[in-house]
Amino acid sequence: MALTLKLNGATHTVDAEPGTPLLWVIRDELKMTGTKFGCGVASCGACTVHLDGEPVRSCQTFIEDVEGAEITTIEAIGEDKIGAAVQQAWAELDVVQCGYCQSGQVMSAVGLLAENPKPSADEIDAYMEGNACRCATYQRIRKGVQRASEILEA
Amino acid sequence: MTINTSRRGFLKGAAATAAVLLVGARPDGAIAAAGAETTQLNPFVKIDANGTVTAIVKHFEKGQGPATGLPTLIAEEIGLRMDQIEYEFAPSNPQVYNNLFFGPFQGTGGSTAMANSWQQYRTAGAAAREMLISAAAKDWGVAASELTIEEGMVKGAGKTAPIGDFVAMAATMDAPEAPRLKDPSEFKLIGNEGVRRKDTVIKSNGQAMFAMDVHLPNQMVAMIARPEARGGVALGFDDSAAKEVKGYIRAAVLPTKAGVVVYAENTWAAIQAREALEVEWDMSGAETRNSDEIRNEIMAALDAAPEYNVNKADMAAVASAVDGAAKVVEKTFYFPLLAHAPMEPLNCTIEQTAEGKIVLHDGAQMPTGPHMAFQQIFQLPPEMIEIRTMLAGGSFGRRATPDADYQVEAGLAFVMTDRSRPVKLVWTREDDIRGGYYRPAFGHKVRVGLDEAGNIAGWEHRVAGQSIMKGTAFESFSVHDGVDHSSIEGIAESPYSIPTQSLGLTDTKKATSVLWWRSVGHTHTAYAMEVMMDLAAKAAGRDPVEFRLAYLDESNPEAARKAGVLKLAAEKAGWGKAGAGRTQGVAVHKSFGSYVAEVVEVSGSPEDGIVIENVTCAVDCGIAVNPDVVRAQMEGGIGYGIGHAMRDQITLSDGAVDQTNFPDYEPLRIGDIKAIDVHIVPSAEAPTGVGEPGTPPSAPALANAIAAISDVQVAELPMAENGVSFA
Repeated sequence: MALTLKLNGATHTVDAEPGTPLLWVIRDELKMTGTKFGCGVASCGACTVHLDGEPVRSCQTFIEDVEGAEITTIEAIGEDKIGAAVQQAWAELDVVQCGYCQSGQVMSAVGLLAENPKPSADEIDAYMEGNACRCATYQRIRKGVQRASEILEA
Repeated sequence: MTINTSRRGFLKGAAATAAVLLVGARPDGAIAAAGAETTQLNPFVKIDANGTVTAIVKHFEKGQGPATGLPTLIAEEIGLRMDQIEYEFAPSNPQVYNNLFFGPFQGTGGSTAMANSWQQYRTAGAAAREMLISAAAKDWGVAASELTIEEGMVKGAGKTAPIGDFVAMAATMDAPEAPRLKDPSEFKLIGNEGVRRKDTVIKSNGQAMFAMDVHLPNQMVAMIARPEARGGVALGFDDSAAKEVKGYIRAAVLPTKAGVVVYAENTWAAIQAREALEVEWDMSGAETRNSDEIRNEIMAALDAAPEYNVNKADMAAVASAVDGAAKVVEKTFYFPLLAHAPMEPLNCTIEQTAEGKIVLHDGAQMPTGPHMAFQQIFQLPPEMIEIRTMLAGGSFGRRATPDADYQVEAGLAFVMTDRSRPVKLVWTREDDIRGGYYRPAFGHKVRVGLDEAGNIAGWEHRVAGQSIMKGTAFESFSVHDGVDHSSIEGIAESPYSIPTQSLGLTDTKKATSVLWWRSVGHTHTAYAMEVMMDLAAKAAGRDPVEFRLAYLDESNPEAARKAGVLKLAAEKAGWGKAGAGRTQGVAVHKSFGSYVAEVVEVSGSPEDGIVIENVTCAVDCGIAVNPDVVRAQMEGGIGYGIGHAMRDQITLSDGAVDQTNFPDYEPLRIGDIKAIDVHIVPSAEAPTGVGEPGTPPSAPALANAIAAISDVQVAELPMAENGVSFA
């Protein structure tokens, strides 16, 4: 069935059955590959996108539930002030290793800073708990969020 | 896939006739240069007429840093800033792009990317520098000795010009036979803390292209329906329910009968159709063992006479030295099967070009493996097979199997079609956790005898487990006199000078498919060695750091380097000065040519939850080419080791893997380790490994810290299943 999606400020008409995870519409239909498939069960966070500004796991978000919502993916998060600060911090600290989880890490970090501009280390750990990184770049993710917070404060 | 429309891609097509300088090696290893792309030469560096320099990186990038490290070597020798060099991954060519430590085989493993490229890539860069300078000297009519290249500019004799001005002339020259490599005192980039990774930006904004991101026009997605236990045989299938799935195309039994391929228009359709497919399996030849049986077999082997006397010690004499000692410390260890679980599930895409070439798009860790396998599958000569290496979302060893398992699956899935549509094979996380190749289960039984003065009088060490290398194409590399070195590495060649030591090994029967896993044998040998050193120190009433140092004879360079990292880690961690309610544990281990010591500080209790407060690490890996990458690899290696030791294991019930996905194979999470602090020992030695060496000492250091706070000495992993809870 045809559905209309508002994604990164543009409107897309896609053909997908109800029950299709948003992840696969973004990746396979729209060919926007920054949003990653990691586990399919909302356990790793690699597929994190924003729905009306809130981070959600797109592998467990179904296409029929997102009509009318503003969807933002990693490809556009840099246009957001917080997103740009997180990306700058990630570059300064060379947070990434393999990088496969980092789209999701960045999307969650932006979600955290939007609701808590100056999170403590414990608050970062609690919020970012659902974003797995098998390379274990966690030290730098924690510092990266703190650094982005500083950039935004300046 | 998204076509890369970068300037580089454009120039490659549009300006194919413009001057370009290529410097690399001939198949015989000699340095060679060319002025045009030719089959006679595969370059390590390419410089075009507008001065764009590209390093051709022969190792894949899974996060460990060669896409930064190898360009650093070239840029250093030519005289460039890091923003003046780009990278692309080398094509598959085992004659030229081979790992120099692997023979005629291209691949990444054993933490060797930098170690084997160090001279080779610097030499190519130095040759390019000398050629550009010779060309400039000729053009300007001055002596070459008057000229240098700095930040991409040829300078000297009162003149300055960009290197691109001399590419055309340099491209007509012969490569120097033995270009002068820069002295470390001249290094501007190697060892420079300011050098940043080349791939951070694209990995933070969604632009990075992993193999999973390949979308070729008209491609199909293939998934394999697999039996519950390995060895099941597909007899046939009923796809009437699968046909109800929109986007389902068809299914076919693999020629190997190891599974059924489901072809679909997209990934979600493939997932659903595979779920709906009914497969008839013959499970009569499938694995049936439980993990308890594997464990029992290993434990029984530890109590019997070992199959191999690894170090040819007089075993009876060692046993009696231990028996006759004033004190005996004894421990039996068990290490479970472990999955690699890289973040990007396995996948690759195959297409056939109009010319009949087979092209594989893959995060290829060992391109030579699928390259050879595809010659068989497609009955084609090697030049008709092309491998395009993509970024890889982690590996930890999993993308390198001796039988090129997932690439062969994809090849078989493709060869069963009419080849008019590309086929992308995708594994789900469940495929990865359940159908994988595992770190083999191992057991160690160690008895250490101490004399009256608290010195080691005898060390009897037995190891039992399934060999990784036997029966594979890599057997001859690792197996000598029946002993698979990867089963006992880290004990046999330990720099500790332990007197009266025996080392026995017994291979246990094939239990499941096994594979190297970040740091291979060191994953268990370091644990057994370093926990025993702590137990022996405790029994002797001595400090664990001081006790270890007593067995590191610093007149031996290896022992001196091991002692060096141990002392540095102890100093930086404030050894012996843990905060209130905290304890420390230490471990030190040499692997892949590098020396790493780690001090873990914990609080809490095994009953109410252990908190890992911090980890202090000291590493000696020779010259740290990119120090911040070295630090990142230590951080990651520590996390990988500790995460699995805390709570991960793969278990089998009737031959089937019990775990399915991250909820029951729980990764390390951000809150599990509060801080990691890495210190690099300054060194003038050639670079050695960093991808793996951070892992081995991490788990034993944690175990020793927990033993210090609680008297719970964990000898069987994972810790969470053996008496330790984590906060």
